[in-house]
Amino acid sequence: MLFGYPPDVWLPVVFAGLMGLSILIYVILDGFDLGVGLLMPLATDAEKDRMIGAIGPFWDANETWLVMAVGLLLVAFPVAHGTILTALYLPVAVMLVGLILRGVAFEFRAKVPPARKASWNRAFFAGSAMTAFSQGYMLGLYIMGLQGGAAAQAFAVLTGLFLTVGYSVIGATWLVHKAEGPLQAKALGWAREGLWAVALGMAAISVATPLASPRIWERWFSLPEFLLLAPLPLASAALMAGLWLMLRRMPFADDRLSWLPFAATSALFALAFVGLAYSFFPYVVPERMTIFEAAAAPESLVIILIGAVVVLPVIAGYSVLAYTIFRGKATDLRYD
Amino acid sequence: MELMDTLLLSRIQFAANISFHILFPTITIALGWVLVFFKWRHAATGDETWMEAYFFWVKVFALSFALGVVSGITMSFQFGTNWPGFMESVGNIAGPLLAYEILTAFFLEAVFLGIMLFGYRRVPGWAHTGATVLVAVGTTMSAFWILVLNSWMHTPQGFEMREGVAHATDWLAIVFTPSMPYRLAHVLLASGLTVAFLMAGIAAYRWLKGERGAEVRLTLRMGLWMGALLIPLQIVAGDLHGLNTLEHQPAKVAAMEGNWETRGNVPLVLFALPDEAARTNRAEIAIPGAASLILTHSLSGEVPGLNDFVAEDGTRLHPPVAPVFWAFRVMVGTGLLMLAASWAGLALMRRGRGPEALPRPFLMALVPFAFSGWVATLAGWYTTEIGRQPWLVTGVLRTDAAVGDVAPAMVLGTLLVYLAVYAVLVAAYVATLFHLARRRADGGHVLPRPSYPAPHPAE
Repeated sequence: MLFGYPPDVWLPVVFAGLMGLSILIYVILDGFDLGVGLLMPLATDAEKDRMIGAIGPFWDANETWLVMAVGLLLVAFPVAHGTILTALYLPVAVMLVGLILRGVAFEFRAKVPPARKASWNRAFFAGSAMTAFSQGYMLGLYIMGLQGGAAAQAFAVLTGLFLTVGYSVIGATWLVHKAEGPLQAKALGWAREGLWAVALGMAAISVATPLASPRIWERWFSLPEFLLLAPLPLASAALMAGLWLMLRRMPFADDRLSWLPFAATSALFALAFVGLAYSFFPYVVPERMTIFEAAAAPESLVIILIGAVVVLPVIAGYSVLAYTIFRGKATDLRYD
Repeated sequence: MELMDTLLLSRIQFAANISFHILFPTITIALGWVLVFFKWRHAATGDETWMEAYFFWVKVFALSFALGVVSGITMSFQFGTNWPGFMESVGNIAGPLLAYEILTAFFLEAVFLGIMLFGYRRVPGWAHTGATVLVAVGTTMSAFWILVLNSWMHTPQGFEMREGVAHATDWLAIVFTPSMPYRLAHVLLASGLTVAFLMAGIAAYRWLKGERGAEVRLTLRMGLWMGALLIPLQIVAGDLHGLNTLEHQPAKVAAMEGNWETRGNVPLVLFALPDEAARTNRAEIAIPGAASLILTHSLSGEVPGLNDFVAEDGTRLHPPVAPVFWAFRVMVGTGLLMLAASWAGLALMRRGRGPEALPRPFLMALVPFAFSGWVATLAGWYTTEIGRQPWLVTGVLRTDAAVGDVAPAMVLGTLLVYLAVYAVLVAAYVATLFHLARRRADGGHVLPRPSYPAPHPAE
């Protein structure tokens, strides 16, 4: 509409898919280390070091998926990038300050004189909380169509709180896998307590999204779509129930299946994400701009796609390598 | 008027963010290779001093890297929050270049950083060295792509405009713009110099605190040697970059020289207060003919003047003169001080006399040089980036056409928060460097424990 060329069809779809995948990977991976940051105030000082040890080798690479996601929005849908980010100006600024605080607190807490360590621990928590809340807040505004108004703001505050607790749950399940003894027992409790909020949050979003847009209502509540989509909420409910039962019985003997709660929570986040993606496709700015209208020129997208196809498998490969090297229970971090 | 305020505030905000950001990559780009060098020397000689140096400087690297990452994320968002017009009009060029930076550099450095920092006892020695090399490669690749994009904004080519939007026609031309090789060399050398003087300055501080070990000797000498060797190279690279700018962005050179009229026999202005209203320099101190000599290698050579870059209706098409003029002088002045400090240090230590031959006042003067690279780098960036104004992309997109329509109060509010955060973080960073140095000087943990495959403590 703006550029006067007929938008190619498959390139915008591929890039929307890549962007969606990056967001999902980001939410799960940075979700667990943001979550660990959120849980820090609940732990003893020795446990804090162990919790940092559980995320230390990974957090930087996890955060790179956010750069990837916003980078894809920037390069593939440049017009939408401007529209969305100017509409989300304030929460983006809060998130950025939060990301700065937690990223540097991670390093400073280990290097400053012992007396200042507690302050940097607090900064780590504050940064994690600002990041998590503002991301949830932006999700809420996005669902409400990036419009102002008290109702949208109130809903955004709710999603902000839900996502914050959601991250703490995924962080807790990561600790279930990476920690042992009393810390693992605590983590199981944190995960159980937070699961309620995740259930409430997912329900709230499921109700609000179709109410905010007649088009999305149509997409979900007409036949046969309703029946075809039914597995999505049913699978979410089943996962949630299974997770709850599992968390009550864990840890199992020999710490078997300690990875399962994290995997189940990730699957839960993935299901919620698929539901949202289905609701909004093909819009990148809700109800205003489709991915086809916002896409960059095909010849530029092709150049990026070639690089992505070659490099993404390599990135996946060495990410797996890093997680393999640091597999098993977390230890205190040391450079030497 | 309201948009004007937003424009100015947005420019200050972006300048604040990018100034804060560049402090840390300029350290990590070269420090990554210095760490590789330490590991290589250790492998070649078996001398544990190299690993002691590695384990001290890897802490500085980790801290600098974290600050660089988080401040870099800020900028990828600010393209959209403050400068939507940039991606709307040149997104087809800038997009792929940024995408390649993320794909080839960000993930590489982020993933292998974890292995490099915390994997020493989990992977074999060769794999740890490999991770260190890949992190250094990643930071350098990142610098390459960013400077490719930045150079394209200065000297754009390989595209055509269709309905106000740039479309790529020749990717090789886009990557290899005329200013790219000069800018890349200039910035990489600047990074090397920043690290050289950081090493020398911190080592001088430790020496003053009474440390006399092999490792502090090594880094002090290595820092001074690196500085002494790189600074002449940087002067040559800077001169070539300046000549390249004269060819492609003459208005910037005119502002750097404070030269108003196009003419021959242009003096080299050492000091002046450029006055844009009167279009002349006040209180000028100059060397006759020297600017012509430097820029054209002939005393009578013609140098472009600022008055050539004013439109018929009086619109200014050249950058603001005073900031460019002064930033350039701060950069060159700092470079000359670096030259004097490093060569004096080596002269004092000549014939194997070692750091004992350095007088106490010299060592005390060397400590603030730890951050001389920051001063020169920032001043250099201000020269070239303010010198690009009023263009965001030379001849293609004006800065005022790219700014987003955000309320000025919002930009001002976030700007103040950013500034407060940055001030605290720079102070904390500098304090932490000196804290690490003091702890080492007081005989803190130095000797590395046995490496892989030592057992993990918790298992």
